Amino acid sequence: MIDSGDTAWVISATALVLLMTLPALALFYGGLVQAKNILSVLAQCFAVACLASVLWFLCGYSLAFSGTGAWIGDLQAALLGNVTRAGPHPGLKIPESVFVMFQMTFAIITPALIIGAYVERIKFCAVLLISALWLLIVYVPVAHWVWGGGWLAQRGVMDYAGGIVVHVTAGISALVIAIMLGARHEFPHGIRPPHSPWMVMVGASLLWVGWFGFNAGSALSAGGDAGMAMLVTHLSAATATLVWMAIEWIKFGKPSLVGAVTGTIAGLACITPASGYVGPGAAVLLGALAGGVCFLGVLLVKRIMQVDDALDVLGVHGVGGALGSLLLPFLTLLGGGVVLARPLADQFAVQGTGVVVVAIWSAIATFAITKLTALTIGLRVDAETETVGLDFAAHGETGYHVNR
Amino acid sequence: MKLIVAIIQPHRLDAVRERLTGVDIAGLTVTEVRGYGRQKGHTEIYRGAEYQIAFRPKLKLEVAVPDARVDDALQAITEGSRTGKIGDGKIFVLDLEQALRVRTGETGDIAL
Repeated sequence: MIDSGDTAWVISATALVLLMTLPALALFYGGLVQAKNILSVLAQCFAVACLASVLWFLCGYSLAFSGTGAWIGDLQAALLGNVTRAGPHPGLKIPESVFVMFQMTFAIITPALIIGAYVERIKFCAVLLISALWLLIVYVPVAHWVWGGGWLAQRGVMDYAGGIVVHVTAGISALVIAIMLGARHEFPHGIRPPHSPWMVMVGASLLWVGWFGFNAGSALSAGGDAGMAMLVTHLSAATATLVWMAIEWIKFGKPSLVGAVTGTIAGLACITPASGYVGPGAAVLLGALAGGVCFLGVLLVKRIMQVDDALDVLGVHGVGGALGSLLLPFLTLLGGGVVLARPLADQFAVQGTGVVVVAIWSAIATFAITKLTALTIGLRVDAETETVGLDFAAHGETGYHVNR
Repeated sequence: MKLIVAIIQPHRLDAVRERLTGVDIAGLTVTEVRGYGRQKGHTEIYRGAEYQIAFRPKLKLEVAVPDARVDDALQAITEGSRTGKIGDGKIFVLDLEQALRVRTGETGDIAL
């Protein structure tokens, strides 16, 4: 039986999640790069979104959500041959078409998140090849493990909206690609600052709004779970923003806008796995931790490891997603949380297994994908292209025609 | 005739314009430029990383005046642009060979 309320909400949520990539993430990342590379980032986000959509149609959805294998689904739903106008998705009260489309928007944003690691120096064809292979080799299996009835789902892993499936996979893979690709020429001391902090804020704000679809939509129904997910999502984001601002204010003397909105995204990533399971108090606590821990995560990658994960995908998304996934069993104990299906220690062990195994798989598979790309079409643009900027050199366009 | 070229802090432009019109000197061209002097640029911090801004944004003013008005113009620009901190800028005075008003064809001081 299809429920019109559930269906209406999940259709709306699907639109919100697409908004997170187009244009929210594109603007968030675009504002952080130099002016000569703004269009390349927008083009990468746009192209990855379209590529992931078609792959989702071809076999991605089927391998993730069709079949009961422990490691990977089957091809019964390849080419979306299973989608009819009538039938609901098994176990839900929304049409199969809406479930396919909702999940597609997650398959779109996850490879797009990785863009933050390799901006300003990667070949556009390498972006396409890496994203396509990554979607099928990393995202699809992990989505099956956690959400499609695979081995982690069977063990009872809790990942409401993708702390593991989205943020850990993207964060770890971003680090691997950033290391293999190498730093931008001027890294770390000669890099120009973000060319448009206001654009970063607009992108982050749209991400925030879109995240309501991401987390509350993951209820896959319109009701109390969706409502609570929206509430805790907002509280975590707001708290993490304040914490990040406070840290910058104390440490550097001024609270920056870019820092504040980075805190927002950290808070959103961190609450993602827990959003359907915890209450408001836990969300504020988790947000506060997200602001502090992700701040340290960014410093760890950039300053201590000296890896040019250019826009801090691991520090913000990977660390935030992992933190939320690991802490959520404990946070359910606070007011408004769900009752765990197994003892706390067991649940924590399952969460830990999920984070660690997914991180290892993401690292190994991304290494292989990136190596293959390097050996075939190559990863990096030449030094001159990097200096000129990818906008003109790779796309033949210029972002800003001022006084020209 | 002299051409006065002044490099000033962008936020002092309105003050300079007021001083110049106050001493009845009309005609000013402004260009957004970047550069460094003793101030040597500055650093900005984003997400904990320090970025060196080697070239600071400045404005370049060009004012053409008759020889008799040079001192007034220099005083006006100086008063308008001075904050007393490093980075206030510099003023250069160049000889100007000729000036021509396009609309009328007038030349010399009367064209300024």
